[in-house]
Amino acid sequence: MDAFVSLAGGLAVALQPMNLAFCLIGVTLGTAVGVLPGIGPALTVALLLPVTFKLDPAGSLIMFAGIYYGGMYGGSTSSILLNTPGESSSIVTALEGNLMARSGRGGPALATAAIGSFVAGAIATLGLALLAPYVVSVALAFWPADYFSLMILAFATVSAAFGDSALRGLTSLFLGLALGLVGIDLMSGQARLDFGVPDLLDGVEVTTAAVALFAIGETLFVVSRKGAADETIEPIKGSLWMTREDWARSWKPWLRGTAFGFPIGAMPAGGAEIPTFLSYATERRLTKHPEEFGKGAIEGVAGPEAANNASAAGTLVPLLTLGLPTSATAAIMLAGFQQYGLNPGPLLFAAKPDLVWGLIASLFVANALLLILNLPLIGLWVRLLSIPRPWLYGGILVFATLGTLGANPSLFELGSLLALGLLGFGLRVFGYPIAPVVIGLILGPMAEVQLRRALAISQNDWSVLITSPISAVLLTIAALAVILPIVLKTREKGITFGEDD
Amino acid sequence: MSAPQEGSGRKLGAIVVAVALIAVAGIVAADAIRLGTVRTFGPGIGPRAFPWAIAIGLALLGLANLVVALKGKAVETAPVEMGPALWVIGGLVGQIALLSFAGFSIATGVLFGMTARGFGRGPLWLTIPIGAALSFVLYVIFTKALALTLPAGPLEKLV
Repeated sequence: MDAFVSLAGGLAVALQPMNLAFCLIGVTLGTAVGVLPGIGPALTVALLLPVTFKLDPAGSLIMFAGIYYGGMYGGSTSSILLNTPGESSSIVTALEGNLMARSGRGGPALATAAIGSFVAGAIATLGLALLAPYVVSVALAFWPADYFSLMILAFATVSAAFGDSALRGLTSLFLGLALGLVGIDLMSGQARLDFGVPDLLDGVEVTTAAVALFAIGETLFVVSRKGAADETIEPIKGSLWMTREDWARSWKPWLRGTAFGFPIGAMPAGGAEIPTFLSYATERRLTKHPEEFGKGAIEGVAGPEAANNASAAGTLVPLLTLGLPTSATAAIMLAGFQQYGLNPGPLLFAAKPDLVWGLIASLFVANALLLILNLPLIGLWVRLLSIPRPWLYGGILVFATLGTLGANPSLFELGSLLALGLLGFGLRVFGYPIAPVVIGLILGPMAEVQLRRALAISQNDWSVLITSPISAVLLTIAALAVILPIVLKTREKGITFGEDD
Repeated sequence: MSAPQEGSGRKLGAIVVAVALIAVAGIVAADAIRLGTVRTFGPGIGPRAFPWAIAIGLALLGLANLVVALKGKAVETAPVEMGPALWVIGGLVGQIALLSFAGFSIATGVLFGMTARGFGRGPLWLTIPIGAALSFVLYVIFTKALALTLPAGPLEKLV
């Protein structure tokens, strides 16, 4: 019951008029940016981070919560109407949603996505509030060795889950780890990979890297596609509202999607694609209208979209309680916390309960605001979708450089933005996933600190990694996470999801 | 260009990527060797253990990528047109070059105009001023309302 008391305290913070205003600005900006084609929640959060720089931590984190949920919502709108999923977890929504839009049922598709997101978000946020105190109490018993193994688990699943091949995922991850080495080693004071450049001593900024890899890399990739035609926006014809039958067909998929999304998202392994795929496969099997699948079945939108949102809320469990980001978006949010000197983890719950519970409560508020805001404003968001690409990408680059300069007004930072943007371009051209780079960059140095602490405590005895039961279990799961997908993949070669176009 | 040539070009690209990965591994390893002369105190591993692990990992991954590339099994990469991309890169370079004396708005206007040009929209004499005006509005919002510091030039000094 403690959780409810804390949550009530959090609501008192979130409902203060100023914080409510921040939340409203957050969801509006988040939706507006997230709806732009090709921009997923990770980039939305990275681009809008500078807006929150000068606010107080509580206000800015609340705005962040709004941006995060708004970005998720906006992303599903563009997936459905344009069939350009901004991130891999919206691929499934785009699959059936775009088909619905093409057959003139775009309105109900958007409505079931919005209401499903609301239902999933509300249940999953409640789950977060109930689960977090337990994870915190477990996490307080974690030793450095356990934290290190936890990060190894995150590395294993992140590289296996993102992208289609583990080799490519691991390659991206290691590039991120190498970038994470740059700068002064905090434990020995030694400069690493600085090449004698003083500006490199502070290391590579996570937000600069995220903006460069996602925004600059993506822009260069899009502009370099030969003869790439403008996407066609499916106009919304007919009623925006769901019929009685739509409701009847949607509510169970919403709940089932949430049941897939939240637990998987809340695991330290994370990954939003798996629950969306599971939800899609389940709905396809359970539906009474199998003939509609592949032509635009509402269950195929309702379930995966709920799974996607529930898993986004689930991701906040390891982020807030363990300080462990398991998605690119979470990695950028962690960078956002760090800019205020806040380190998410069990101690933050004890030290700043107002802040943490205020943030969790604002997720509820953001979720409710989104529902109120989005259904009536859908026409406006659709208009944003039709911004011609020269202006759209010009604007994205203006914002990307503005954010980088705002965070750190130096030409060197802008040069890093360009260099990392070229790296992102190269990765996109050769089909390497971007998210593991960002995760490796932020988690690598954290993993190193934990391992070195663990070995310092154990007097260089490496067996501490397996003699600690928590660590041993985590390492076993990590090994399974790498091996299982390979076994499964060779077994069911026939089934492939997620080939765009 | 005929199809098979393009295919071999893509294979070559994948090989270049694999070799580049091994080169990065070499750079990380060289840095780790340099750190080898640093004396560390107390128990625990020093600052070079992680670089070594990452260098070895990158080298192995580079080799694995090389094998995949040589077998021609690398993922089909999209055909790339460098011309438009160079406009965008030029815009970013131009912004960096202009920023310190022309200020945020003009430099970012150049970035905006050249990006739009990359996407096939011109002319520059129209798009650069549009971009500069947009950037100027953003400058005012972000420096006045959000108290960020952005590089000022002749235009910015007016407010």
